[in-house]
Amino acid sequence: MVGVSGWRKAGVIIVFLSPSLLALLAFSIGPMIGTGWVSLHEWNLIRPARFIGLDNFRELWHDENFHRALRNTLYYLVGYIPLVTAGGLGLALLLNTRVKGVALFRAFYFLPVVTSWVVVALLWKWLLNPKDGLVNWMLGLVGIDGPGWWTSQTWAMPSVILASAWKDLGFVMVILLAGMQTIPETLYEAAMIDGAGAWRRLRSITLPLLTPSLFFVLVISLINGFQVFDQVWVMTDGGPAGSSTVVVQQIVKNTFDYGRAGYASAQSVVLFVIILLVTAIQMRLQKKWVFYG
Amino acid sequence: MAEHTIRSRQRTFGRYSVLLFGAVVMIGPFIWMVVASLKTDTDIQRIPPGLLPNPVTGANYTRVVDTFPFWRFMANSIGVSLASTLLQLILATTAAYCFARIEFRGRNGLFGLYLATMMIPQQVVIVPLFIEMRNLHLINTYAGLLLPTIVSSFGTFLMRQAFLALPKELDEAAFVDGAGHLRVFFRILLPLTGPALATFAVFAFMASWNAFLWPLVITSGSQSHMTLPVGLAQLQGRFSTNWNVVMAGSVMSIAPIVAFYAFTQRWVIRSVAFTGTKG
Repeated sequence: MVGVSGWRKAGVIIVFLSPSLLALLAFSIGPMIGTGWVSLHEWNLIRPARFIGLDNFRELWHDENFHRALRNTLYYLVGYIPLVTAGGLGLALLLNTRVKGVALFRAFYFLPVVTSWVVVALLWKWLLNPKDGLVNWMLGLVGIDGPGWWTSQTWAMPSVILASAWKDLGFVMVILLAGMQTIPETLYEAAMIDGAGAWRRLRSITLPLLTPSLFFVLVISLINGFQVFDQVWVMTDGGPAGSSTVVVQQIVKNTFDYGRAGYASAQSVVLFVIILLVTAIQMRLQKKWVFYG
Repeated sequence: MAEHTIRSRQRTFGRYSVLLFGAVVMIGPFIWMVVASLKTDTDIQRIPPGLLPNPVTGANYTRVVDTFPFWRFMANSIGVSLASTLLQLILATTAAYCFARIEFRGRNGLFGLYLATMMIPQQVVIVPLFIEMRNLHLINTYAGLLLPTIVSSFGTFLMRQAFLALPKELDEAAFVDGAGHLRVFFRILLPLTGPALATFAVFAFMASWNAFLWPLVITSGSQSHMTLPVGLAQLQGRFSTNWNVVMAGSVMSIAPIVAFYAFTQRWVIRSVAFTGTKG
């Protein structure tokens, strides 16, 4: 450093770095360690916490509610990710052409992304209202007797998936569109001279060169998907009869409704480990299918 | 040649049909929301549903503001989101400047710590965070609402990348001219990180504006501190069968962000695209 003495450097570091670092310790790293600590206790947040070792984790192993929440979270991911990726890819392909008004359509498709989960969940809860909802009325027009959606044990989770995919389509679209626009035009020109059709160009040029963007979408969607909560809480509250409960909802319920903060923390630890593992696995598999040109 | 033109016209027509269909699917629900918010209690239950409200009524909006302090929710949402975004920007850019431009022992380890916390979702630390806020007596306060959101490791990472992309000669020349770190940071480097800064601001604001779980947990006992998403969830609890009222509340709660989006959409979308290519 030119003209800056050691003490002044230390001063600058303190002024510049410590606010952020303190906040990080207080609101992220501290609570993370706290989660581990609380998970080893029985605590209703009123009386003092009582150390019980790994009992919470043992109980989790046999807790049918928690298993169901895990299964439902997986169900959500398995439904949501292909839907949002395929839909986003479709929209991006559609917009990746030089037709007039593309910017306007793009802005329309992106609107649900800036809308809050609560609004989206309420809106879809109403659209999917079994009796006087728009969706079942339209299905009725083509002679289909619509299901009970969020009032039905079978259809509650698909309702949540549908609303979530609709909200995030625009986000995936923008990321993939940005990826597509980095693909050099010359590749397509060369392929066309070689007589490659549209389908062939998609499979052999667009998709392989888009894998980094697809990977990004996948990583983000998985991390966010494991934490699904807002839309479930609003649309079904985990019901009917627990048929759409998810992990974060169990955490919230155990902490604030059943007074079991320790048990909820054990669930948090499990969720965190799962997210960590899945992301690590993705990073490993990345080499197998992601193509960095 | 003529056949070729017809072909390409058909293709354009087909393309626009699909684009329009997409627009109906993505925008239609919002329009339906506005229509529903203007219907009376009997009108909204009519089957088949009327495409336009008949008669048009503004009563649902009155019911929303009469039952809940909705303007307060809105002011809270705007205030908290702006404050959170501003604090995140300040904390992240200053920390990023240190990581990018000042050499000190333990720098890489410390930065690794930031990267590691990107893996910690807030949902996972909600219980200890709540306990911490209770010990600090910050339950049902703006500070409690705000504090856990002010540090963003994603933002720190993004801004560090932006600083690293700037040539070092810039600050060295300024140091020779007798400028200090504060001046180099504010006057020279920060203005050059525009796109990254904008991207970060967009993400920070959207995350804060749409946040639900933490505001729900921390303001559950004080209506006057609630933000729009939490207030809206309350509204639904109260008017669970009156969809016209719920939709009126929804329209009110998205109006500010939609108005803002209408003027900034190009910039917002570019910012999101930016993370996809640079992230």
